[in-house]
Amino acid sequence: MAAVFNFSEEQEMIRAAAREFAETEIAPNAAEWDNQDICPVELWPMLGEIGAAGTFVPEIYGGPGLGHVERAIFLEEISRYSGGLGIALMTHHLPIEAILKFGSEEQKNKYIPDLVSGTKIGGLSVTEPSGGSDFAGQQCSAEKIENGWKLNGRKCFITNAGIADTNVIICKTGEDERGRGILSAFIVEKGNEGLKPGRHENKLGLRGSITGDVLLDNCIIPEDALIGKIGDGTKIGMTAIGEVGRAGMTAICVGLLRGACEDASKFAKERVVGGKPISKQQAIQFELADIRTEYEAAKALLYMAASVKDEGKPATTAFAIAKYYASEASVRGTKRCMDVLGGYGVVNEYAVGRYLRDALASISSGGTSHIQRLIIGGDTLKNF
Amino acid sequence: MSLHIVVCLKPVPDPDCYDQVTIDPNTKRIVRENIPMVINAVDKVALEEALQLRDAFGGKVTVVTMSLPSAKKHLLEALAMGADEGILLTDASFGGADTLATSYTLSKTIQQLGRVDLVLLGNESADGATCQVPSQLGEWLGLPHLWNVFSVEPMDERVFLLKTKYENGHKEWRGELPLVLAVSRELVKPRHISAMGIIKAKNKPIAILNKEGVNDLQEECIGLVGSPTQPGEIMIPDMSRSGERLEGSCEEMGLQILEKIRAGGIVF
Repeated sequence: MAAVFNFSEEQEMIRAAAREFAETEIAPNAAEWDNQDICPVELWPMLGEIGAAGTFVPEIYGGPGLGHVERAIFLEEISRYSGGLGIALMTHHLPIEAILKFGSEEQKNKYIPDLVSGTKIGGLSVTEPSGGSDFAGQQCSAEKIENGWKLNGRKCFITNAGIADTNVIICKTGEDERGRGILSAFIVEKGNEGLKPGRHENKLGLRGSITGDVLLDNCIIPEDALIGKIGDGTKIGMTAIGEVGRAGMTAICVGLLRGACEDASKFAKERVVGGKPISKQQAIQFELADIRTEYEAAKALLYMAASVKDEGKPATTAFAIAKYYASEASVRGTKRCMDVLGGYGVVNEYAVGRYLRDALASISSGGTSHIQRLIIGGDTLKNF
Repeated sequence: MSLHIVVCLKPVPDPDCYDQVTIDPNTKRIVRENIPMVINAVDKVALEEALQLRDAFGGKVTVVTMSLPSAKKHLLEALAMGADEGILLTDASFGGADTLATSYTLSKTIQQLGRVDLVLLGNESADGATCQVPSQLGEWLGLPHLWNVFSVEPMDERVFLLKTKYENGHKEWRGELPLVLAVSRELVKPRHISAMGIIKAKNKPIAILNKEGVNDLQEECIGLVGSPTQPGEIMIPDMSRSGERLEGSCEEMGLQILEKIRAGGIVF
């Protein structure tokens, strides 16, 4: 196996452990989760036990104190078999990042250990009907009341909607002198009477994760539910999405590409046409070469960006490049896998159809390719 | 009560890579150098049981394996699961050991560990599958031993209610420590390895012992020299098939078929 990144012995052990977990607990059930579009919430305590629920959380808050390379390893291995569970888990990490980076010590101690252990599931609500990338245009409101806040509005396309116990929700707390929204981030716990589930989207791909509306209907929360200070919402949301959300989506796509590599290679070796395996045909080998190249390139971009973040350097552009390339490559790679399988590729007993649907759905999650290109283009104009 | 439990682990070829397994034509043994190895699956069941007993009663779990130097990574895996210390027995002179020589070497190693309350092993290895090592180990150590244990229930500090599986039922035993137990897959589901466990494993001790590191080891009892059983000839049976065209009427062809069946040695 070509080495595109110099993983440590410890990281290789984490990969082996994550792979064994995925093969045992995820692979046998992934097709059913996709078929029924259900999120296996019962797996969360196990995800906590193995260290996948809070990989990058320091030991003082109950985590293993690892980094974003290790987080990406877990997500790649899990998404190799279920992109749906991959996005549910990677979304769970977003409120952890928000609270860990910007929360008070009380908030960290109150919320993070339960999220790390998998006792509770996390969610982040940003997108509204006006669009996910119009960050400043958010309309959900937070009105200051005596001893707390009253939230109102509708969030949509929210992963883990309805199943998240600990929600970080971005709301508008006012307007600046130029009429632009002042955004702030709040923690809302499941069970709050004003927090209601809305519609559940019937998605093309990444099924096995719940996507839907989060409705705020006179949702009263205490004063100390505010993360950071008023006006920090943009910074908090963009940090969580830009460096953790996009990293997670990239890892999911790398997992899908590995699935395409493995399934295409296995099929080509087993499928005999004209008396010999189709793997002997150069045309098939060329397809495999293209899938493999997409996988290795996406993997290299993912782990390089993750190591930049682990070094504490800004990684927004690195993750934008990785997410843009990996999500588009996963569509190309899974489509090529389908080509190798021929007619079998469209039979749902084979997983490749699911991989392709998951790859297509990954493009719009965490910012479309157009948004990534805007970020990359802007950075290029600034630095080249 | 505090238990010292020893678990014997064997690295075996990864079942997912059996198509890569080759046999050395001279030694008639599996070539292990170029094939991915994993911990024998049922040995992990033994380890899980050991960890649960240690967590219930206190003490420590020592994992022992006799293999190539590369097997250190399997000990690290066992330490990441929760074992406390590891011993790797590796020496060219241990090579080629049959079950008797293997169990002898393991027994000598265990004897030098001081007080050992319980030795746990998997019923059989995925590659050799002789099922002989557990009983032989019990005999070398002079300890009571049971095979195919699928239930272990502590009755008091030193006495366990044990159940062993048979084709048409099971037997119950009252076992007083120290014991050697070979366990079946049904006993318990091994835990998944955690990231935290992997981090902790780095700081746990692994002793790497060659033949000089094991006390009172008699050279004539180890490795190939100490192995009374040797692999015989290995051959692949000829399973080829061929077709033959028969001529004549249906009745004539029927008689020809009968003749061929009789010629094949089938009497009817």
